Amino acid sequence: MSEYDADALGWFGGTGAFGGRFMPEALIAALDELDTAWRDAMADPAFTGEFDRLLHEYAGVPSMLYDATRLSEVAGARILLKREDLNHTGAHKIRNVLGQALLTKRMGKTRVIAETGAGQHGVASATAAAYLGLDCTVYMGEVDTERQALNVARMQLLGAEVIPVRSGSRTLKDAINEALRDWVASVDETAYLFGTAAGPHPFPSLVLSFVRGIGDEARQQCLDQYGALPDAVAACVGGGSNAIGLFAGFVDDPEVAIYGFEAGGDGVDTGRHAATIFAGSIGVLHGARTFVLQDEDGQTVESHSISAGLDYPGVGPQHSALSAAGRATYLPVTDTEAMDAMALLARTEGIIPAIESAHAVAGALRVAKERPGQTILVNLSGRGDKDMGTAMDWFQLGEAGERSGQEPGEGK
Amino acid sequence: MSTTSTAFEKARAEGRATLVGYLPAGFPDVEGSIAALKVMVEAGCDVIEIGLPYSDPVMDGPIIQAAAQQALDAGIRTDDVLRVVEAVAATGAPTLVMTYWNPVERYGVERFAQGLADAGGAGLITPDLTPDYAPEWIAAADARDLDKVFLVAPSSTDERIALTTAASRGFVYATGIMGVTGTKQATAAGVAPLIARTKATTDLPVGVGVGVSTGAQAADLASYADGVIVGSAFVRTLLDHPGDRAAGLAALAALTEELAGGVRA
Repeated sequence: MSEYDADALGWFGGTGAFGGRFMPEALIAALDELDTAWRDAMADPAFTGEFDRLLHEYAGVPSMLYDATRLSEVAGARILLKREDLNHTGAHKIRNVLGQALLTKRMGKTRVIAETGAGQHGVASATAAAYLGLDCTVYMGEVDTERQALNVARMQLLGAEVIPVRSGSRTLKDAINEALRDWVASVDETAYLFGTAAGPHPFPSLVLSFVRGIGDEARQQCLDQYGALPDAVAACVGGGSNAIGLFAGFVDDPEVAIYGFEAGGDGVDTGRHAATIFAGSIGVLHGARTFVLQDEDGQTVESHSISAGLDYPGVGPQHSALSAAGRATYLPVTDTEAMDAMALLARTEGIIPAIESAHAVAGALRVAKERPGQTILVNLSGRGDKDMGTAMDWFQLGEAGERSGQEPGEGK
Repeated sequence: MSTTSTAFEKARAEGRATLVGYLPAGFPDVEGSIAALKVMVEAGCDVIEIGLPYSDPVMDGPIIQAAAQQALDAGIRTDDVLRVVEAVAATGAPTLVMTYWNPVERYGVERFAQGLADAGGAGLITPDLTPDYAPEWIAAADARDLDKVFLVAPSSTDERIALTTAASRGFVYATGIMGVTGTKQATAAGVAPLIARTKATTDLPVGVGVGVSTGAQAADLASYADGVIVGSAFVRTLLDHPGDRAAGLAALAALTEELAGGVRA
C-alpha cells in the first residue's frame, strides 16, 4: 500500500477529493461484485500466477529496458526506454485486458464489452477474448471507426463485434457512454473491460493492479542494469493507464521526479487540446471526480489531439490526486512536438513509436534540457504501425523518390 | 412535509397511483418545453420531472438523448432550466429536476439547491448519484427541505435499498427494468419484487420508471406501485411532430390522458 492508493470507497487524496463512484444504482451491485472478486483474485496465488504466466508466455512481458544512446546524445541526458511497444498487440494495453479477461473467467461471466478510441484497447480486448474464449463486443465512435478502419478489421478478424456509436460527438467518450448503457442491460453475464485507469471505483485501482508491472519491472531493471534509480520518469497521459502503471513503481521514491505529458493538440491556448489536468477543471465524468474538460455549465467539451489514444476529455483520478499532491507534474505536448519526436526516435534509434508515446518522448526531451546529464526513464507505451496513415499525411511520406518526405520540424 | 409526498398521498386517497411525467428542459426549445410541461399538468400529470440536458447521459436511451442533444445544440444553460422549473412549479404541480451530477457540482451544490428552492422546485432526482457519495447534496437539500429522490434497481441488494430509502425524501424511484430509458418494457411481474423489497424498508411512496410508456402498462404497474413515471414516451410524442407545435401538444395531451386513465384503472 502506498499513501497514493485509493481508500475503500475509491477516493484518492482523501475523502471526496478524486475518484469515488458516481454511477447508476443499477450498476453498483456489479461494481461491488467486481471489487470483491478482484480483491479475492489478487490474494490468490493461483490467479496471480496464471496472470504472470500469460503475461510472460503470451504477451512477451517483461518488456526490456533499453538504453537509447543515440537519442541520449541528441537529448543531452541519458534516456532509458521501457519497451512496451514490443508487447503482443503492440502496447501496454495487453496487460490490462489479460488481467480483466482472466478475472471475467474467474467470475463465471461469458461476455465482455469494451470501448475504444483509436482501436488499441478494442484490439487488445478482442485478442484476450479470443484467447480466453469469451464473446466480445466493442463500442467505437463512428468517427473513429472511419479514421481507424484497419483496427476495426483487426477486431473483426479476432471475432469481435464492433458497434459504431452515433450519439454525441461520436468519439471515445460516447463509446464509453454506450458501453455503460449496454452494461446496465447485460450485467448478469457481461463484464466491462474498462480501457484505462479511470471510471468508477474499483476500475482505477483494478486497472492499476494489472498495469503496475510496467513500473515495478522498470524500477528493478534500472537498479539491476545501471545500479541506481532514474532521476525522472515520464509517460504520456490520456486516460492514463500506461502512465499510472509506470508511476506506481516510483511514487514511493521521493527522489524520482514524475512527469506526465498530456496532449496539447494545436496548443493549449487554442482550446483545441486534451490537456485535462493542465488546462481543465475538477468535475465528474464517467463515474469519477477528476479533472475534466468542461464548459461553465459542466457540459463535457470535446478534446482534440492528433493521437486518438490521448483524445479524451477526462483523466484517471489518481493522476488528478498525484497532481494535487504535487507528487507528479503534468504538462502539455503539442501535436507538432509529438510528431517531431516520433521522427527523431525513428531516425536515431530505428524505433517508430505510437504517436501517444511520442508525446512522452517529446516531453522527456524537454525535461532533459532542465536535467542535463541525468537519467530519464520513458515509457514507450506503444508502437507506431497504427499511426502510419497520420505520419504519411503529416510528413508527406509514401511516394518513393529522392529525398522524399520532410525532415522533423518541417511537417505541416 | 414534501409537496411531492403530499401529491402521492392525495392520489392514494383517491384510490389510484400518481402519474409522474418527464420532459427535458429546452426541448423543443425553452418556451416550447414550458408550454409542453403545462399541457402535461393540465391533462393529468400529478408530479413533473424536468430533465437537465447533459452531454453524457449514461442512463438514457436514444430518444431522450436526441431531445437533450437538441436542447444543448440550441444553447440551453443551467439557469434556463431553473427558469423552466419556476414556470412549471407556478402551476402548483410538484416539480422536480432530474439531473446527472456534474452540472450540479459545476454550478455549485449550495448555489444550485438555493436556485432550485427559489424557483419553487421540489427537489432532485439523481440517476448517477447514490446516497453513499452524496453528502454535499444531502446537506444542501436537508437545509432547504428539498426532495432527494434516489434510485433503486432490480440488482440492488436489500442493504443498499435500506441505505437508499433512509436517505430519500419525496418518493423512491424504482427502475422498472435493467436497462436505459426508452428501450425495453417494464412489467408488473418483473418489478413487483423490487417494489416489495423497497416498501419493506420505508413508508415513502415508490414510483416505477424506466420502461413505462402506455396506459395499459400504467394500469398494470399501478396495482403494485404508488406512482408511474413516464419519460421517453412523452419525448417521442414531440419528436414525432417536428415543425407542428399544436399537433405535438395535442398528442402530448392525449398521451397524458391515456396514462392518467391507466393509473386510475
